[in-house]
Amino acid sequence: MTAPLLSVRDLRVTFPISRAGDMPWTPPRLLHAVNGVSFDLPHGETLGIVGESGCGKSSLARGLIRMVPSSGKVLWNGDTDLLGLSPRAMLKVRAQIQMVFQDPLASLNPRMTLGQIIGEPLRTHRPDFSAKNRRQAVAAMMERVGLLPQMINRYPHEFSGGQCQRIGIARALVIKPRLLICDEPVSALDVSIQAQVIDLLKDLQREMGLTMIFIAHDLSVVKTISDRVMVLYLGRMMEMAPKHALYADPQHPYTQALLSAVPIPDPVAERAKRVIPVEGDLPSPLAPPSGCVFRTRCPRAAPACAKEIPQAGDEAHRVACLFPGPVRAAERA
Amino acid sequence: MVATAEQTAEQAAPAAGRSLWADARRRFFRNRAALLGFVILVFVTAFALFGGALAQWSGEELDYAVMGQVAELGGPSLATGHYFGTDDLGRDLYARTVQGTQISLAVGVIGALIACVVGTLYGATAGYFGGRTDSVMMRLVDIFMAVPYMFILILLLVMYGRSITILFIGVGLISWMEMARIVRGQTLSLKGREFVEAARATGVSAPVIIARHIVPNLLGVIAVYATLLVPLMILTESFISFLGLGVQEPMTSLGALISEGAGTIAYGTTWQLGFPLLFFCLTLFGFFFVGDGLRDALDPKDR
Repeated sequence: MTAPLLSVRDLRVTFPISRAGDMPWTPPRLLHAVNGVSFDLPHGETLGIVGESGCGKSSLARGLIRMVPSSGKVLWNGDTDLLGLSPRAMLKVRAQIQMVFQDPLASLNPRMTLGQIIGEPLRTHRPDFSAKNRRQAVAAMMERVGLLPQMINRYPHEFSGGQCQRIGIARALVIKPRLLICDEPVSALDVSIQAQVIDLLKDLQREMGLTMIFIAHDLSVVKTISDRVMVLYLGRMMEMAPKHALYADPQHPYTQALLSAVPIPDPVAERAKRVIPVEGDLPSPLAPPSGCVFRTRCPRAAPACAKEIPQAGDEAHRVACLFPGPVRAAERA
Repeated sequence: MVATAEQTAEQAAPAAGRSLWADARRRFFRNRAALLGFVILVFVTAFALFGGALAQWSGEELDYAVMGQVAELGGPSLATGHYFGTDDLGRDLYARTVQGTQISLAVGVIGALIACVVGTLYGATAGYFGGRTDSVMMRLVDIFMAVPYMFILILLLVMYGRSITILFIGVGLISWMEMARIVRGQTLSLKGREFVEAARATGVSAPVIIARHIVPNLLGVIAVYATLLVPLMILTESFISFLGLGVQEPMTSLGALISEGAGTIAYGTTWQLGFPLLFFCLTLFGFFFVGDGLRDALDPKDR
């Protein structure tokens, strides 16, 4: 078996937080945005990452490509540790990892034309391309994502949100990367447009043999596109499984609660549905609970949960819980 | 393939986009006050550049016919060729006003240019890199700003003699700091935007990001501030000249002319004050109106 494209071990992203009024020598408090996450991402697969706001989804993605300082191991192709590379060597890898962002319009420079925006990665990584070659590549890519090539001299503000996201995708794919990181690419779009963009991403993935990391907080969106799904909570992985296993048979109480909250587009079924309540608020990531971080809101919490940090195993369906298992009758509201 | 109906209706030739600049230009020219300011500025600039061609006297020769009787004979008149009259010594005030406008405009524009280039680069660098670099660079600006610049400028002029070069240097030295602060603030908000992050993720280097993504998005703010800075520079120069420390005779500036005119007002030679003052005010009004218009045109949301 070949090595996975991306092999992440114990990834940590930590931000020092200094409060106003602190003296320069006061040690800053540490916010653990991502706290020891490990996973493998085989070639051509899509990994969906879900979790509520502030659980570290975006920090995880940014930590992988060193947009924020991170520690741990990120093995690229099984042999290159991205976190130990020199900036120059990292630049070479950056050509193979591209990102699509959440806000379609904000991720495009308003003063640049489409041609300049989509051509920027080529300009950075392919100095051998002449301006003419670059223009051709950009036009071809625009056509591929469903934009008319004659729009090449237009500016981003002349496009709709869905079109802007297509521009963002074209920019990410124009240098033919191997890994595409999508950070909530459809959260800012209408539902009908979401479907179009997701279909486009799936088509492109098949065509270009892309490996993808797809971040979202919408479980149904993640279900459509992912092969495997990871559930994050407060910077830690709760559960990770092939999508059918995760959606049909969730083992972690947090995943079960999340899934029970997904709206069903059928009023009768929606009314009959039982939501598993999650009490209280998200604890501050500056002072996460000891042991299992979910225990403060978990229906199954026991004294043991405060002492031991549950570890996920190496099996296909990984659960970080001391008491995994299907939903119990008493947990339904 | 998904192409919307409006897209398919387009012609096959690459359509020209309407840039934000084109939008701003349209808004600017629809603004009456801004247009008036613009016309005034064009007029004043044309006067400074080409007004000399109409002059019948040079600014340096003395008209012996009116010397000694300036108050009676030196008034504005088409017959003598002194359209704006003569100054105290019998020199043609029209020619001197042309020259004064030239110098004042030059001081203002060059001062603002220095401010733009130095201030933008300094501010954008500090803002983009942030952290300690930012702290050190901006504290330095704070320290410089605490220095009473008028005092330093006067000291420089006294030490190195009154010369136009020193004036340019002095004005340039003080003008960039406010600009650096404004640009830094704007950069701080820009660098958090996703398109900057996108460029960083792709691996674009920091200087290129500043030049390609940050500065073009700052140009609106810079343009507005620069047009408002020009009249401030002109005022500074005029103040220095009014004190008698500005440009050296026989060169002159509007400030120096106003100073002379104010000195002789008691003898009834009102034109010696009136004409330089008229051009001085026109220039300032023009720049302020244009600056306001630019701000409205470039930042339509802020109205």
